[in-house]
Amino acid sequence: MTGLVIIGASYAGVQAALTARDAGYCQPITIVCDEEWLPYQRPPLSKDFLLGRISEQNLILRDETFFEGKQINLVLGQRATLLDLRARQVTLAGDNALEFEKLLIATGSRARRIAVEGADFDGIFYLRSVTDAIDLKARLADAAEIVIVGGGFIGLEVAASAAKLGKKVTVVEASSRLLERAVSPILSTFLLDTHLRAGVDVMLDETVTSFKGNDRKVSAVVLGNGASVRADLVLVGIGGVANDEIARSAGLRCTNGIVVDEHGQSETSDIFAAGDCANHFNRFCESWVRLESVQNAQDQAKAAGLAIAGAPAPYESVPRFWSDQYDVKLQIVGLAGQYHRQAVRGSVDEGRFSVFYYRQGRLVAVDSVNRPGEQMAARRLIAAGISPAPEQAADASFDLKSLVTAADKAGA
Amino acid sequence: MPRVRFVQQDRSEKSIEVGRDLSVMLAAVRNGIPGIDGECGGCLDCATCHVYVDEEQTSSLPQPSEEELELLSAVSGERKPNSRLSCQLKVLTPLDELVVHVPARQS
Repeated sequence: MTGLVIIGASYAGVQAALTARDAGYCQPITIVCDEEWLPYQRPPLSKDFLLGRISEQNLILRDETFFEGKQINLVLGQRATLLDLRARQVTLAGDNALEFEKLLIATGSRARRIAVEGADFDGIFYLRSVTDAIDLKARLADAAEIVIVGGGFIGLEVAASAAKLGKKVTVVEASSRLLERAVSPILSTFLLDTHLRAGVDVMLDETVTSFKGNDRKVSAVVLGNGASVRADLVLVGIGGVANDEIARSAGLRCTNGIVVDEHGQSETSDIFAAGDCANHFNRFCESWVRLESVQNAQDQAKAAGLAIAGAPAPYESVPRFWSDQYDVKLQIVGLAGQYHRQAVRGSVDEGRFSVFYYRQGRLVAVDSVNRPGEQMAARRLIAAGISPAPEQAADASFDLKSLVTAADKAGA
Repeated sequence: MPRVRFVQQDRSEKSIEVGRDLSVMLAAVRNGIPGIDGECGGCLDCATCHVYVDEEQTSSLPQPSEEELELLSAVSGERKPNSRLSCQLKVLTPLDELVVHVPARQS
């Protein structure tokens, strides 16, 4: 077989296939995926799915009609085990092999495992795939005391869902504040207050040293300070690891993910990567980043798909993230990283505000809580390279959109 | 089964069957309709599923929520009185076919 082979059928894999096809790529396209499920939506897994607000069926993002319509061959339940760049061949489990002219690796990332005593006990969960979510949801129903290891996005979203379901929830976070890698202290404090108000116990600067169990079923979490917290269910959310082994074994350069350029192309021509498994230089972040987000997966895959179809246009999106916890809609654009100045717009006490971050006088990121309109305006400002003065940003009566509109007019 | 007709900027169109419990956004994504991204999956975070509802049909649909209105105020394409986020739209009875126009851009 010739044409394009894609490993992975989540957001990046499917988007690249679609974009390549729509941009005129007329060779065969085959997507292989080790999961048995049709491509599905992942963000709801920690939220609406656990709460029973969305059915398994409505998680499906692309169905058979889509793949037939786009003439994309979807092979589910088959893991790619070996990549041979010279022979241009991907070996699948069971020794079937696919030959390709162009390859896109979209293998995503997996949950980082916790390496402490008792980590293999029953009742300790990770959340990445729909099967993880189905298992977690089933066990949550019978659980009363939940411990969440890790105060990142997944941990906090599951904590909020479990609290809403009436469970006793404890979050254990190793750093001194929640969501440390993603948001600034002001947001961390706001989220901490939100969880505490919902009855969630949050332990900061605290580590997990082991799990206790009865009959190999988890019963408690032992902390660094020697105390233990009772748990009949544990969710571990301590970050993700790129699934880049197949690329590394094939000799592709990997540094925390497969190294790619602005077209999603690796250092080997015709070999592309996109999404959670890829590491790219992002000009808005001014650094090499491996992002785990739907936006990155889709936008990077679009760039790869266009390059594969011979109609290249670079990946130049400002990173965007979101999280829903209780009645808090958190939206993030840009990576604040090391910022020099911040401006707060709106009311933190009322839970409706945005924080604007500046690096060397330039607006680089905005976090918004329950201010979707402001966030949308901020996304357009950053993408266009427009920085309102911090005083303007902090002035709720100043119309941010007027700057975008003015720039649109100047550009037109 | 009820249908949604998607009309593109170049007037090309495609009509698809949509169950009444499925959002217009998800129906579009499942069918690969160009120009509707639906990045956030319908939780009102991204405003990348903006459409213009056929003007004669706007009154047959429930009014947008405050949250949807706030996102609509900042969509990337031109905001019009009949602008909606398709993740919030379903083909409700008595409509048999909902007609939506896809804007020039989403982000």
